Amino acid sequence: MGGAATRDAFGTAIVRVGSDERVVVLTGDLRDSTRTEKFAETFPERFFDVGIAERNMLGIAAGLALSGKVPWAASFAAFVAGRFETLRVSVAYQEANVRIVGTHSGTGVGDDGYSQMALEDIAGIRALPNVSIVNPCDAIETERAVEYLLDHVGPAYLRLTRQKVDDVNAEGYRFEFGKAVQLRDGNDVAIFGTGATVQEALKAADSLAQGGVTARVVNAHTLKPFDEDAVLRAAADCRALVTVEDHSATGGLGSAVAEVLATRDGGAPLLILGTTDFGESGSAEELYEKHGISGERVAESTRQFLESLG
Amino acid sequence: MDTKPPATAELVTRLSEIARELRIMDIEMISEAGSGHPGGTLSAADMVAALFFHKLRLRPEEPDWPDRDRFILSKGHCIPIVYAAMAKQGFFDPGLLKTLRKLGSPLQGHPDRTRLPGIEASTGSLGQGLSVATGMALAGKLDRASWRVYCMLGDGEVQAGQVWEAAMFAPRHGLDNLCAILDHNQVQQTGKVSEILDISPIVDKWRAFNWHVLEIDGHDMSQIVDALDAAESVSGGPTMIVSRTVKGKGVSWMELNSEWHGKAPDPEQTRRALAELRGED
Repeated sequence: MGGAATRDAFGTAIVRVGSDERVVVLTGDLRDSTRTEKFAETFPERFFDVGIAERNMLGIAAGLALSGKVPWAASFAAFVAGRFETLRVSVAYQEANVRIVGTHSGTGVGDDGYSQMALEDIAGIRALPNVSIVNPCDAIETERAVEYLLDHVGPAYLRLTRQKVDDVNAEGYRFEFGKAVQLRDGNDVAIFGTGATVQEALKAADSLAQGGVTARVVNAHTLKPFDEDAVLRAAADCRALVTVEDHSATGGLGSAVAEVLATRDGGAPLLILGTTDFGESGSAEELYEKHGISGERVAESTRQFLESLG
Repeated sequence: MDTKPPATAELVTRLSEIARELRIMDIEMISEAGSGHPGGTLSAADMVAALFFHKLRLRPEEPDWPDRDRFILSKGHCIPIVYAAMAKQGFFDPGLLKTLRKLGSPLQGHPDRTRLPGIEASTGSLGQGLSVATGMALAGKLDRASWRVYCMLGDGEVQAGQVWEAAMFAPRHGLDNLCAILDHNQVQQTGKVSEILDISPIVDKWRAFNWHVLEIDGHDMSQIVDALDAAESVSGGPTMIVSRTVKGKGVSWMELNSEWHGKAPDPEQTRRALAELRGED
């Protein structure tokens, strides 16, 4: 399937949007890991390494944004979303036009283990009233999302992967902020993925198809604002909904879907797949398998869920 | 280094009188609100008077004037003394002061830049304001702007680690358009700073972080004015003015008393406080 890590695509795209003089890039001793090195070489006067001080990075980004810049503060997702108190007051509450870039999201980080994995970032940021969340599923979507975010107004969180992901979208793909993308149609079940689990949702649909189960696959790249209509359409058309995310099963994509189903007319049974424990060392593939978010495990859980519904 | 003449007696007298008025407005406001932080507002009054009525280049009628100086109150709980200065400057109708801390008021208990034009930063979670000020100063440098950034911190506040992250960054990037002020009023919410978590030797700490440090009596208006003027001519890095003050300054029974960190005076106490500030006792 080819494919690249979404952090790589960010590194490419940020240089392209960097020709806009408002763009400032910050990182905390992670210019290599966050793929901001090329930007640093191309626009050294607008690149700042703040050292291992992510709270200060978020505050500086807020100050830059309040002075007309479009700052991109990049670090591991665990370290930027983890500085939540600074994020909520200096960025969100101030309505500072900051782009928070979190690479190394989810268990897909792999060998480094739990302390480097953000598994609660979506849950926390989703509770802030005004911070948008974009979790692109592949390189092309990441590049389009970065281009979109350049002129987006308001704080936004861009969630990226360390590991390579499949190319889900074709060349020419158009990113529409806030609009989920239906990748495949089906009526038995709708599987919603986000970020790196969109490819797993597709694999699960392939596996289910062998058993005669047709699965709709939806790429929920924007988690906030959330595309409620996509959920309601799926609930109307399919017997059940399944969500799969490389994030805690509490507070992320699954919760966003549950909130729609529970508060609107027309519910549907929902299975939420995500992590329910801390992460650990291992390969991304092994961890996806272990935490039940690999394509095959999603297919298996979906089959059981559908059977349980009778 | 400082080639400007020292503060004139006339300026010092004028600013001291303004500081006294601000203290009166502050006590009236907090009393009306029924809650607030008199101690840290009174200690900051002289510096705030000097900033808003001498140093900051502002246009109250055009709060987002691009070339304005920026003032960030990192110790956000002390914002009433700044509201008093802003009202007196004409940023908003002084009648609004009565709405402090009330539902729907732009005068939030801690400053909110989205609700009150002229507030540069929303603060109150201590330790964050210097980072935001640093980001603004950095933007000013990128734009080769002439405006300057001022940031006031509390002495209890500098116990927070994020302050020192910013303290390392600003000199590294030569932010001589940044002037921080430490309102060193000696007392925090539950006791003396020196007893809860001693910050001394505070001047040495900032010097060790490569800041240009000025140490003054924060209730001596001529020293305040001279320090603010001197900070403007420092080049190559940021300035920290360690302003030695007295929490509750101006109301004798509030002075250095942590009980008055976060409590509004009752009507009788308000009367006594105002009488003292007006020199009627």
